[in-house]
Order: sequence, then structure tokens, then C-alpha cells
Amino acid sequence: MFAEFVPLFIMIVLALGLAFTLLKAAEILGPSRPNKIKRTPYESGMDPVGSARERYSVKFYLVAMIFIVFDVEVVFMYPWAVSFQDFIDGGAFLGVMTVVTIFSVILMVGLLYDIKKGGLDFEK
Amino acid sequence: METSFVSLLLTAGFAFLVINAMLVSASILVYAERRVSGFIQNRPGPNRVGPLGLLQPFADVFKFVLKEDIRPAASNLFIHSMAPVIMVVIAMSTAALIPFADGIVVADLNVGVLMLLALTSISVYGITLAGWSSNSKYSLLGGLRSAAQMVSYELSMGLAVISVVLVAGSLNFMDIVNDQASGGALLGWNVVRNPIGCLIFITTAFAETNRAPFDLPEAEQELVGGYHTEYSGMKFGMFFLAEYVNWFVASFFIVTLFFGGFLIPFQPQILSLVPALEGSTLLAILQFASLMLKVSFFVFVFIWVRWTFPRFKYNQLMTIGWKYLLPISLVNALVVAVGVYAFDLIGL
Repeated sequence: MFAEFVPLFIMIVLALGLAFTLLKAAEILGPSRPNKIKRTPYESGMDPVGSARERYSVKFYLVAMIFIVFDVEVVFMYPWAVSFQDFIDGGAFLGVMTVVTIFSVILMVGLLYDIKKGGLDFEK
Repeated sequence: METSFVSLLLTAGFAFLVINAMLVSASILVYAERRVSGFIQNRPGPNRVGPLGLLQPFADVFKFVLKEDIRPAASNLFIHSMAPVIMVVIAMSTAALIPFADGIVVADLNVGVLMLLALTSISVYGITLAGWSSNSKYSLLGGLRSAAQMVSYELSMGLAVISVVLVAGSLNFMDIVNDQASGGALLGWNVVRNPIGCLIFITTAFAETNRAPFDLPEAEQELVGGYHTEYSGMKFGMFFLAEYVNWFVASFFIVTLFFGGFLIPFQPQILSLVPALEGSTLLAILQFASLMLKVSFFVFVFIWVRWTFPRFKYNQLMTIGWKYLLPISLVNALVVAVGVYAFDLIGL
């Protein structure tokens, strides 16, 4: 069952090998002369002000949450898409279309609610 | 046991070949992009290193390897080093799913489409972790932006792919390509059967690879280098490599899903004229050549778009992704489903 995934794993292992070879090669071939100024974060030549580990806009969390909801719903549509031809052959076209349409309408109502609530408004 | 070991070795050899081909292609793409950019902006582009500047990519590679790797003092060193590794590994392993010719692919998965989406969504981690671990404000903003952007466009990409899966009835890339031969001439290509899905997929491919006009994560004018501001030497080179490989692989998948993949134009007609071609090595070579021609065109389109469209603002980006592309792609999937049924009824 997992036999067809073996080539992909081989590819991933080879790619990992490549990535670490590149890192190691740079470590061996490149110079290493660190100093304090060099190791400060870049802020257009000025001394860095404060830390970058500050709180950031809650909008990003909102986008992440909405994404998870919608992504899971999109995943539910894959089985439908793959077996759609079988549904047609079995004469169940209208039934399956009704179900998927209701599903999409629910999805869209959710999106509309979110847009009206301003969850995706990045202008303010 | 003996044969399985040999086939394993052959697969490993092929995978090694594909990875090296991707490395060479990435350096060719760097050169191509700079030359075409020069052509579009009416300037020569790199033309000093070697004849016509052809050795420029090698000069770039040597610079990357020989430069000092500066590690910001305030960064999380382990994550800082692992982020470029994630990017390179993900970019390279998506190449395993590309069907190069009939039956020639590294990993012929029956869930290839799902695996592609799964792998590309992991690369969000690479960028976000790079931005966060650098502990620099520019990097953090670049990483945040890119996470939100890639996540938003992934939904529309998934729905555009669903419309392709509806037509082909399979998640296997080989089946999806061979299904496009059915319509006879060029009419079987998914770009004809599903043009809106094609447009959505190309748009989201630009957004997923962080290419202009969606290059907000590394907008030079506002964020210096975006998520890789604090990277130097080979680690920056690895981000660079991953970006170009992603771009190349995205062109491959645009062609595979919508432009007939490795199919030669008019392939069914040619095969009925010359039946001896069926299953021959020559056919595979021709298919590979036709795939590469189509991919080269899309590689050019990526550069062309970069110098044609201005960069979007962040709120525009979110508006396009959520308020336009997502509803359109959902409706498109339903319309395609009805279309599949209608064509099934009239027996096409």
C-alpha cells in the first residue's frame, strides 16, 4: 500500500542530503569573522529599536482561523470530485448536486458573514 | 527481492537526476530572468561573465558558497538554519510529482494532487519560521504577510484543482494528462474545457510562489528583503534556489493541469497516422520536448508579468483572494460539475 510512496521518500531524503551538503559546503568554504555590529538585526543602518518579538495585528490570527475552517471544507469536496463520474453513471446526479450546492451555500454564507463583520478588512 | 532492489536503485537514480536537472534549471532560470528583464527594460542585462553572460549563474553560485554566513545574535539559531532547508526540500520534492512523459515520473501516486497541495502548504512554514526566527522587524513582517497570503490563495487553488479533478475523475497526474487527449485536437486541454479554473490556478500559482505582482513578502521598497533580510551566504542562496525551483515547478503544474501536460498537440491524430509511434522511445522524447516548450512559455510569462503589473497593496491582495477568487472558484467548480454532466448526456 505504501509502495508507491517510496520514490517520494527517496526524493525527500535526497533533497535533505542536498540541503545539508549546501549548508556544510558554505560552512567549510566560507569565512567566519563575526563581530558584534555584524550580528545586529538590520534596520536601515540605525541601531535597532526594541525587539521584533512584539504583539502583532489580530487580523493575522483571524485569517488563519478562517483558513482552517475553509480548508477543511474544501477537503470535503475532494471525494465528491473524484467520484462524481460514478454518481452520474449511477443516476444520482441531481441528488449529489443538491447536497453539494447546499454545502457550498453554507460555506458562502459563512464567508459573507465574515466579510460583513469586517474580518477580512485590512484597511483600518 | 532482487528485482525490487534494482528498481529501487533505478528510482533513486532517476530522483537524483531530477534533482540535478532542477538545480541546473534554477541556474538557467536566474540567467533567463535577468536577460529577459533586461530585454523588457531595454538594457543589456548580464553580458560580461563568459560569452553573452552565460557563465553568470556559476559566478552567482560560487559567490553564495564563498561568502560568510552571518548569524544574527538575537536569532533562534536552529530554526534560523532549518528554514532554508525546509524550503529547498519542499521545492525539490514537489518535482517528484511532475509527469515528464507517458509513464515517466518519479512518484506516480494515486493521490498526486493531494500530495502536491500538502507539500506546497508546508513551504508556508519555511517562510514564516525564517521571518520569525531572524528577530528582525522586516523579516517578521515579511513572514507574517507571506503566511497570510499563501494561506488565503491556497483555498482558491484547491478549488481550481477540484474543477480539474471533476473533469478527469482522478487525483493521479498521469490520468489527468491522458484525460486531456480525449477531446481530439487541442479541444481536450483543460484550458478549453475549464478556462476560468485555468485563470484562477495561474493567478494562485503566482501568489503561492511569491512572484510579482504578489511579491509582498519580499517587497524591496518597503521590507528590504522581507523574510530573508537577515540571511546571507549559502542560506540566502538556498531561499533563492527554492524560489526559482518553485517557480519552475509551478510552470510544470500549470501545463500539466491545464495545457495538456506532456501531450503533443494533435497527439491522437498523429498516433492514428503513425501507429508505430505508440509506446516508442521517440514518442516519449517528443512528449518531453513538447512539455518543455510549453513550460518555457510559462516561465517566460512569469517574467513578463513581473515587469507588466505593479505590486498589489496588502488590502487589495486580501480582497482579491477572499472576496473574488474564492467565491468565483467555488461557483466555477459547481458549473464545471454541471458541464461534465451535460457533456456526459450528449455523449462527448
